[in-house]
Amino acid sequence: MSRFSQFGNDLYSGRRSFNIVGRRRFWYAVSAVLVVVSLLGLFGRGLNFGIEFSGGTELRVLGVSQIDGYEQRAGDLVDENVPDRTTTVTLIGDDTVRVQTGEMEAGQAEDLRADLAQEFSVPVESVTSSLVGPSWGESVTQRALIALVIFLLLVTVVLTLYFRTWKMAAAALVALIHDVLFTVGVYALLGIEVSPASVIGFLTILGYSIYDTIVVFDKVRENTEQALDTHRATYGEAANQAVNQTFVRSINTSVVALLPVLVILVIGVTLIGPGTLVDLAWALFIGIAVGTFSSIFIATPLLVHLREGEPAIRKHDATVLKRRARGEARAGRRAVDQPEDEVAHDPSVAGGDVEDVGDAGQRETATVGTPAPARPAPSTAPQGRPLHPYAQRGPRNQPRRKPRG
Amino acid sequence: MSTSVPGRQDEDLPGLSSTTGRTTSRRRSAAGSGKPGKPRPKKARNPRLRGPLRTLLALLVLTVGLYAGIGAANLWGEPQAQLTPQLGLDLAGGRQVVLAPQTDDGQSVSADQLEQAIDIIRRRVDGTGTAEAEVSRLGTNVSVAIPGNPTPDQLEALSRSSQMVFRPVLVAQPVAPTGAEPQVPRELPLPSEQRQEQVEQLAPPAPESVEEGDGTDDAVQTEENRGGERLPASTSTDGAATTGDDDASQTTAPVEPAPPASNPSDLAQITPEVQQQFVEADCAADAEEIADAAAGAPAGQPLVVCSAEGDEKYILGPVELSGANLVDATSGVQQLQQGVVTGVWEVVLTFDDEGTQAFGEVTSRLMGFQEGAAQNRFAMVLDGEVISAPTVRSVISNGIATITGNFTPETAQTLANQLKFGALPLSFEVQTSEQISPTLGGEQLRWGLVAGLVGLLLVFAFMLVQYHALGLVAVASLLVAALLAYGSVTLLGWATNFRLTMAGVTGLIVAIGVTADSFIVYFERVRDEVRSGRPLRYAVDTGWDRARRTIIISDVVNLIAAAVLYYLSESGVKAFAFTLGLTTLIDLLVVIMFTHPVVSMLANTPFFGEGRKWSGMEPERLGAKRSTYLGRGQFREPDAVAPGRRRHTREELEGGVV
Repeated sequence: MSRFSQFGNDLYSGRRSFNIVGRRRFWYAVSAVLVVVSLLGLFGRGLNFGIEFSGGTELRVLGVSQIDGYEQRAGDLVDENVPDRTTTVTLIGDDTVRVQTGEMEAGQAEDLRADLAQEFSVPVESVTSSLVGPSWGESVTQRALIALVIFLLLVTVVLTLYFRTWKMAAAALVALIHDVLFTVGVYALLGIEVSPASVIGFLTILGYSIYDTIVVFDKVRENTEQALDTHRATYGEAANQAVNQTFVRSINTSVVALLPVLVILVIGVTLIGPGTLVDLAWALFIGIAVGTFSSIFIATPLLVHLREGEPAIRKHDATVLKRRARGEARAGRRAVDQPEDEVAHDPSVAGGDVEDVGDAGQRETATVGTPAPARPAPSTAPQGRPLHPYAQRGPRNQPRRKPRG
Repeated sequence: MSTSVPGRQDEDLPGLSSTTGRTTSRRRSAAGSGKPGKPRPKKARNPRLRGPLRTLLALLVLTVGLYAGIGAANLWGEPQAQLTPQLGLDLAGGRQVVLAPQTDDGQSVSADQLEQAIDIIRRRVDGTGTAEAEVSRLGTNVSVAIPGNPTPDQLEALSRSSQMVFRPVLVAQPVAPTGAEPQVPRELPLPSEQRQEQVEQLAPPAPESVEEGDGTDDAVQTEENRGGERLPASTSTDGAATTGDDDASQTTAPVEPAPPASNPSDLAQITPEVQQQFVEADCAADAEEIADAAAGAPAGQPLVVCSAEGDEKYILGPVELSGANLVDATSGVQQLQQGVVTGVWEVVLTFDDEGTQAFGEVTSRLMGFQEGAAQNRFAMVLDGEVISAPTVRSVISNGIATITGNFTPETAQTLANQLKFGALPLSFEVQTSEQISPTLGGEQLRWGLVAGLVGLLLVFAFMLVQYHALGLVAVASLLVAALLAYGSVTLLGWATNFRLTMAGVTGLIVAIGVTADSFIVYFERVRDEVRSGRPLRYAVDTGWDRARRTIIISDVVNLIAAAVLYYLSESGVKAFAFTLGLTTLIDLLVVIMFTHPVVSMLANTPFFGEGRKWSGMEPERLGAKRSTYLGRGQFREPDAVAPGRRRHTREELEGGVV
C-alpha cells in the first residue's frame, strides 16, 4: 500500500505524470468508439421498454386453491409461451394470481390462458385477460424531459458563474451526455429491459457524473488560476497536472462508489437471479465507471481544447514558453561558465540544475537561483534570475536608534 | 500552494502555546499514561477545540431531535408513525383499486378523456410523488396501486368528481403568509394534491384579468386588485348604469338557487355563519379541510374557499356556470389584431353556446362593480380550491375570454390544463379494491440489504487501508450519515408518506460513494498540504478551506438537480429527486458538522498532530519532511540530504510553511 501512497506523492509532485491532456486525440477516439457503439445499440436494436412504458397484458387467475410457489409456476409458463418478456407475478387477495407481461397476440394470450388454467387447476373461464396501459405514461416522460432540460440549463448557468467561463460548463455537459448515452446504449445492446427503476438508475448516473466532473474541474480551476498568475506552466500543463493530482482521489472515489454496486451485482447474479436489482446494478456499475473515465479523460482535455484558442490563454502560453526557453538558455550558459566550480563542490551529483549551498561563506559567492518552490516544480527547477546580494545575506541589521542628547 | 495564507500568522500565536502543550503531553504519553491527551482543564480551555466541539454538539442536538421527532410521532402522532422506513409498492405490496370513470350525463368516456382522467388521478393519489403509486389504464378503467393501506377517506377523495365551476367573488381577502411558508408537511398526502401542484406552478401569484377574446385596445394587465374588500357593499358610482344588467342576469342565470338575494353577487347572501366561517378560515393551516368541505358544498350556496396558492381567501356566490360549458382552454402568446406578438402569455377560454350566453350575463353584471372591488371578480373553483380569480375588464359576449396576468409559459400552460381537466365532468366509481402482494419478493430486499451491508464493510476496509487511523474518522462519518439517513427516511415516511422502493434503496447505497467522496476529497487536500510541507495542524485548516469549496459546489449542483426534478416531474422521477436531495443534504451536514470538526480536533492530539506512524498523515509517507521546529526553541537536526539533491530544500530546513 505504501507503494500506492508513493504513487500519489509522485503524481502530486509531478515526478510522475500521465500526459492525459497531450494525448487527447487518443482519448477522443476511445470515447468516439464508445459513443458509436452505443448509437449502434440505440438505433440498431432499439430500447426494450417494459410494460410500465408500453403497456401490455394482464392475466388474472381467480380462485386458486394451490397457491404455493405461484411466482415460479406462472413465470415459467409465461416464459414458455412468450419468451424474452419480463413478467411480474403478484398475489391479489388470497387466491388470485396476477400476471403482467408485455403485449402479445390474441392467439398467444389464449394459449397462455389455457396453460395457466391447467397449471392452477381452475376452469379456463376463471382466467381473465385484459390490456393494461402504461403506468409511466407519455405525460410522465414528457415532464421528466422538460425537467431535465431546465436542470441542464440551470447547471450551465451555475457552473458558468462559479468557474467564470462557460467552457467548463460545456465540457461538463458533454461528459454528462457521453456517460448517459453510453449507459443507455449498453442497455440497448444487451437488450436489458428499461423499467422505471432503470430510468432512476440513469438519473443517478447523471447526478454522479456531473458531481465527479465538478470535483475534477475545481482542482483544474485552482491549478490554472495559479498558473495564470505565476506564468510557471501553460494552461494545458496546469490542467494536466490538476488531473494527475486528483488521480488518487478519482481512483479512491470510484472504488468506494463501485464496491457496493459490485457486491449487489455479484450477489444479484449469483443468488437472486435476474430482476430489478441486477438491472439497476448493471446500469450503475457501467455508469459510474464511465463517469469517472469521462471526467478525467474527456472533460478535461476538452476544456483545454476549448480554452487554448482564447487570445488571453494563447498569450499566457507564449509567455510561459518564452520564459522557459530563456531560463534554459541561461542555465546552459551558466553551466558553461562554471563547470569546474560545480564539480569542485559536489562531484557526486551529476545534474547541475540545483543551486549550490553550503555554509554561509560559500553562499555569498555562489550564483544561487530561486529559492526552491515549496512544492517541487514539475520540471526540475529551472534557474531563475540571480538574487541580489542583500537577499543572500539574510536579514539586514536593524537601524540603530540614535543616542539621546 | 506554498505561500501561507494571510492571517495564518495570527494563528501562530495560540499555536505556540499549544506546541508547548504538545511536547509536555508527548512526555506524558511516553511515560505511559493510558489515554494520550492534554491535561483536562487545559483541553477544555483550548480555544482551538471550542469551535469544533460546539459544532459537534449542534449535530448531536440535531440527531437527537430527529429521533425524538420519530418517537413523538410514534407516541402521539396521528396517524401513528412507524419506527422503520415505509416501504414502496414493489417491496411491501399495497392495495389495487380499479376506478371506472363516468361522465355525469352517462356518456361514454373517450380515450382522450381517459388519459386526462389518469393524469387527474395520478395527481390526486400522489402529489408529492414520494409514495410512488402506480396509475395506469386497465381496459377502459383506471387502475391505481397504492402502497400501504389507504383509509376509506382517501379512496373517497380519489373517486370524487373533478367538476370545475365558475362562481362570483363576494369578498376576497389576502392572507399574509404568517412567517412560515404556507405548505406544512401533511400527514396524509392523498386528498387534493392539486394544491401542492399549483403552489409550485403558479408560484408568483399573478394578478389576472379577463377581457374579451379579440378586444385588444386595453390589452395589458390590470394592477393587483386584492383590495380585501370588507363587507360594505361598494356599490359603485356607475351603479345606475348596471342595474339593468343585474336584472337581466337575475332572470336568466341558469343555476339561480333563488336565495333571498337579488342576484348572485349580492352580499346579502353572506349569513353570519358564513362570515364566521370566513373569519376563522386559515388557508395556511387547514387548507385541506377547507378544500374538502368546499369540494362537497352545494352549488347554490355561498362558499368559503382558499386560493390554490393559499395566499387569498374568498367568499363566493353560488355556481353560475359549470366547466361542462367550457369547450377548450389553451395557452399562448398574446397576439394583437395586426398579428403583432406582444410576448405576454395568456390563457384563452372558449365556451359553448349556453356558456357563452351565461358568461356574457355574468361579465356584464360584474362589470357594474368598480374595478378593483372584490365583486368585480369571478373565481374558477376546482377540487375545492380557487385556481384563478380574475377581474372582469369588459363584457364578454362572444364566448371567447382571455386571461392575462404575469404568466410564464409554464404557468399559463398549467392553468389551461387545469381548466381543461375541470371541464371534464368525470367522477369515478370504485369497482374493485384488493390487497396486492409485493412484486419483488422479500428475498430481493433481504439480499439487497445484505449486499449493501457487505459493500459498506468493504468500503470501511478500503478506507482503513488507504487512510489508516484517519480512515476511522471516515468510517464514523459514514455511520453518522447512515444514522441520519435512516432517521430522516423514517420520519419522512410519516410526514410526507415517503416510501422506499428498490430503486430508492439502491440510490441510498450509491449515496455511500458520493458521501465517502467528500471525505476523500477532504483527506486528499489535507494530504496535499502536508506534501507541500505544512505541519498537519495547519494542513487541516488550509486543506479544509480548499476542499470545502469543491464539496459545496458539487453538492449544490446535485441539490439543484433534486429541486428541479422534484418540482417539475411526476411519480418515479419525483421520488428519485427527493432521495437525491435528501442524501446530498446529509452529505453536506456530515462533512461540515462531523468530519471536519473531528479531524480538526484530532489534529490537536499528539498522535495525529505529529503524524505518528499509522495516523495516516505521516509526512514521510507523503514525501514531505517533518517540521524542524519542535517548540520551546528546540530544533531538530535536518535529515540526510535527499538523493538527487545537493542541498536541503527550504522545507527541509525550516519545516515548510509554518
